Order: sequence, then structure tokens, then C-alpha cells
Amino acid sequence: MAPILQVKNLSKAYGGLIAVNDVSFEVERGEILSVIGPNGAGKSTIFKLISSFVKPTRGEVLFEGERISGLAPHIVARKGVVRTFQETTIFKGLTARDSVVVAHHLRSRANLIDYYLNTAAARRDEDEFGRSSDEILEFLGLGEVKNEIAGNLPQGHLRALGIAIGLAANPKVLLLDEPFAGMNHDETRRAIEMTRAVRERGVTLLLVEHDIAAVMRISDRIAVINFGSKIAEGKPAEIQSNDKVIEAYLGVEDESIGI
Amino acid sequence: MRPTAQALFAAVFAFVLLVIVPWAIRVTHHDDFYYTLSSVALLAIASGGVWLTFYIGRINIGQGAYALIGGYASAIFVVKAGLSFWIAMPLAGVVCALVSVAIGLPILRLRGVYFAMVTLVLTEVARLSALALPITNGAMGITEIPPPGPLGLFGFNLLPSFASFANRNQAFYFLCVVMMMLCFAALYRLVNSRVGRLFAALRQNEDLASSMGLNVPALRVLAYAISSFLGGVGGAIFAAIAQSVYPSSFTVADSINFMLNCFLGGLGYVFGPMLGTLVLYFGWDLLFQAGQYQLLIYSGVMIILMLVLPNGLLSLRFSRKKGA
Ligand SMILES: Nc1ncnc2c1ncn2[C@@H]1O[C@H](COP(=O)(O)OP(=O)(O)OP(=O)(O)O)[C@@H](O)[C@H]1O
Ligand SMILES: [Mg+2]
Repeated sequence: MAPILQVKNLSKAYGGLIAVNDVSFEVERGEILSVIGPNGAGKSTIFKLISSFVKPTRGEVLFEGERISGLAPHIVARKGVVRTFQETTIFKGLTARDSVVVAHHLRSRANLIDYYLNTAAARRDEDEFGRSSDEILEFLGLGEVKNEIAGNLPQGHLRALGIAIGLAANPKVLLLDEPFAGMNHDETRRAIEMTRAVRERGVTLLLVEHDIAAVMRISDRIAVINFGSKIAEGKPAEIQSNDKVIEAYLGVEDESIGI
Repeated sequence: MRPTAQALFAAVFAFVLLVIVPWAIRVTHHDDFYYTLSSVALLAIASGGVWLTFYIGRINIGQGAYALIGGYASAIFVVKAGLSFWIAMPLAGVVCALVSVAIGLPILRLRGVYFAMVTLVLTEVARLSALALPITNGAMGITEIPPPGPLGLFGFNLLPSFASFANRNQAFYFLCVVMMMLCFAALYRLVNSRVGRLFAALRQNEDLASSMGLNVPALRVLAYAISSFLGGVGGAIFAAIAQSVYPSSFTVADSINFMLNCFLGGLGYVFGPMLGTLVLYFGWDLLFQAGQYQLLIYSGVMIILMLVLPNGLLSLRFSRKKGA
């Protein structure tokens, strides 16, 4: 089967700064591919390019064989490429459940007028989204806190809620930007399980993550970015023993890739 | 609130405005109060619009522009096109909504203080346009606007012409108050519907919302258009009461007041702008005695109120409930 996502010669320059430089890779349906690299390597920018929040300077992204670069972000989301954010990937002031319900919006068959008049079609959507939200929240271990205001949740729950919101949009490809950031050991372990379970639901996953140990455990394949360019790609074991990767990590900072 | 409590609350509110207030005015012979309260009501309608732009996370200091456009539009419809006020008023709102779509599409990409600054300029642009355009009659404005004619629906006569009322101020009062209740009921429905939840999501995180497939630019413009519609309706009613409209009918100061009304009442409450407008309007009038210190005291009190009650006057009621 053709790859679900193809990134072709993608480049992005901010003025003189080349944030992403001629990066290409492909993502197979149903796999978990992680993008790693030192701070400022261009990982988040690659996500922004794929989700069409910024336009590439050169190159393109194909989703199911169709070019999605240049489309409005909400159109890309509707096609099934959904992204979460590195910093705030929640609606702070809404309850956890309301956030997930809102994220169901693109599945709705009723239109805004239906919502306003609360017609039968709108109520049908509402019931269905409510049920589906409860299911997703339960699935990600948020059932207990679903009526809390999202902004008041602890970090571990926040990250899970971010994934819940992403899932609600019914993605075919879900891009998670540092989903394990700020989690302790236990939370990370559970999050990894959650992420695997998300994949079992038929969602293809693209991850940016700094927690190398987690990345090694969860990924089918890994792409390594350094100074905007892809320097390696392969299975976790291959990446671990790749000289360029070790050099990139040791050269930039004292962060060893030790597993 | 449960639906029955809602209905009860609305009924009491309507009873006070439509029965108690007119009765109190009659026994106290304070007929001029009709005019004052009409102004409060129409300003509250325009403020309600500003509140909706706050609701999607934009500081709107440009509602004066739409009130002015609405005033002129309805004046032109009535005087030059010979339309009935009852058609001209909603049509003025529609004109404002259309104008706001054209303006909103580019400027709603701005956020925070950048958006606020651009809207602040809008009022001045509207005033200068009113001075310059041939159709608005320059500094002379449009005067001698006839009072609203009879209101009929499907051949039924619902209301006689305003010219036939002995107490025209009272008639305008009822018009303003009924329109205010209709507008705020519609607004209440809006923010408590799914549309409102989408708007709230926008306020919380536009990027995430668009990543979830929400058409953020379209929703933003929709909220802004409804907001401007309300501004236009307020302006149209103003022109009908004053029977005239000038470039200076709504100025930057009015735009700022519309915004302050929302702050004062409470951005978290749909009905905040009504209370805010009432308090601010009367507060300003009361301070008239203070002469040259009027603005100083006014500004000082506003600053203190915002510090002490950052969530607006209506938060008093809610925090007390929590304590009980
Ligand atoms: N909007 C922008 N304007 C200018 N430069 C930018 C912009 N966004 C990112 N950059 C620059 O592009 C480079 C790549 O940034 P990016 O956020 O993609 O890195 P990253 O790999 O996600 O880093 P981190 O691990 O710290 O999240 C950085 O040097 C950054 O400063
Ligand atoms: Mg990043």
C-alpha cells in the first residue's frame, strides 16, 4: 500500500534562517514514526508544515497521494491530519469533557443554524459526541476528571487531554508534539501504553519527543533532524548505533543517547 | 439555570421594564426618564455586540463605527428611500454586518492590542467618511427623520404610527426595551448553544481549534458580524429617537464606553453589558455635579472597580452564591 503521508524535499526559511532544509520521509499506514533532534533542530516546524499552519518555502506534503501543502489548516484537519501543540494543546477555560466535545466538531452533520435552534439533527450530534467523548476520556484515563476545568489539571492529565482532543477530531494521522514532556516516569509509561492503544485504533502516529528512552520503546521508525536537515532514518536499533546521530547529540549538548 | 427558572427570571425582568418602570415614572412625573432609559437600552444593545467580540477573545473598541453606520443607513433608508423604520432598522443591522465582514476578514487575523488599536481607528474612519461622502450630507448630517410609521404583519396592524402617540417618549422607551430584550435573549441563546461553545474554544486557543477542523476565520467573522449587526440596530434606533444623525453622533468616546460597559458588567456574563451600561450611564450623569472633576472621579472609580472586581459587577452576585 502507498504511504499515508509523504514529505517531499520540504524546506522552510524564516528570513535568512533555514529552519527546515530539504527534508523527505514517508510514513506508512498504521506505524509510529518519531522525529527527534536537538533543541531548535526544526522538528516543530516540520509539524507546522505538515499540518499546513505555515507554507513551505520549497517542497510539498502529500496525504494519501494528494497534495495538502497550501490548504487551510482546518481543511487539512478535515482530511484527517490532526496536530497537537508543544506548549498549550488544550482549551484552558473549558472543562475536559467540553474540550473533547468541541473537538468532535468536524464530524458533525448539523450546521450552525441547527446548533442555534437546537434542532433534532443538532441534538443527535450532541448525544453522539457526548458518548464518544466519554469513551475517549475513559480510554485515556480521564473519566474521573472530565468535569474539571482543563487549565486546573496536573501536567500528566493535560498531556492525556491533549491526545484526547486530537483523537476526538477522528484523525487518520495524528501529530503529537512532545506528548511526554513534563511527565514523571510512571506517567510516561502509561502515556506510552496509551499511545500504543491509539495506534491500535487505526491511527497513524507521528511524534516529536525529547524523551529518547520513550522514543526508542514506542517507535517503529525514527527520523533524526539536526540543524534543519535529516541526518538519519531507521529502526530504533539502527538509530542508536548511528554515528552521525551520536555525534549530533553529543556535539550539541551533554545529553547522551544512552538507553 | 433550569429552563423554568430562566423563564421566570425573564418574565420578572420584562414585567419590571414594561410595567413597574412606566408606573414609577407616571407616579413620580419624571417623564424625561423615558428618554434616559431608552438611551441606556439602545446603548446596551450595541454593548452586547461588543461583548460577543470579547467572547471570541478580541478587544473591540470600534462599535461606535457600526452604530454610526447603522444610524446613517437607517436614516437614508427612511428619508431617501422612503422605507418604513421597521424595515430600515434590521436592514441597517444587515448593512453593518456586511461591512464588518469586509473589514473583519483582514483585521480579525490580528490579536490583542493590535486588533484593539485597529478597531479604535475604525470609529474615526466612519466619522470622517460621514463627513466626506455625498450621501451622508457632510457635517449637516441627516435631520428631520420621520418617527417610525405603523407596524403591520400579514395585514394585521400591530402598532400605530409613532406620530399618533401622545407620549412619544414612552413609545420609544417600549421600542428600545423590547428590542433590548429580544437582542439579549438571542445573544443568550447563542452563547449557550453549540455555536457559543465553538466561540469559547476560539477564545481559548485558535490554533488548536483550527487543528481540530474548526473554520476559525469564518467563525471569527461570524461573531464579529453579529456584533456589528447589534451595533447597527442600536444606531438605527438612536437615529429614530433623535430624528437626526450627525458625524459626531457616535465618536471614539462612545466606542470606549461600549467596551467599558462590558468590562464593568462582567465579560463572563451575557447580561453584563446591560448592567454595565446602566451603571456607567447613570454614574456619569450623577458625577455631573462634580463639575470639572467629573472625568477624574469617573476614571478613578473605573480603575478601582476593575481592580477590585476584575470579573465585573455581576460577579458579586455569583460569588455571594458560592459563599452561601
Ligand atoms: N516563526 C518563526 N520565525 C522565525 N524563526 C523561527 C520561527 N519558528 C521557529 N523558528 C526557528 O526555527 C528553528 C527551528 O524551530 P523549531 O521550533 O522547529 O525547533 P524544534 O526542533 O521544535 O525545537 P524544540 O525541541 O526546542 O521544540 C529555530 O531556530 C527557531 O528559532
Ligand atoms: Mg519544538
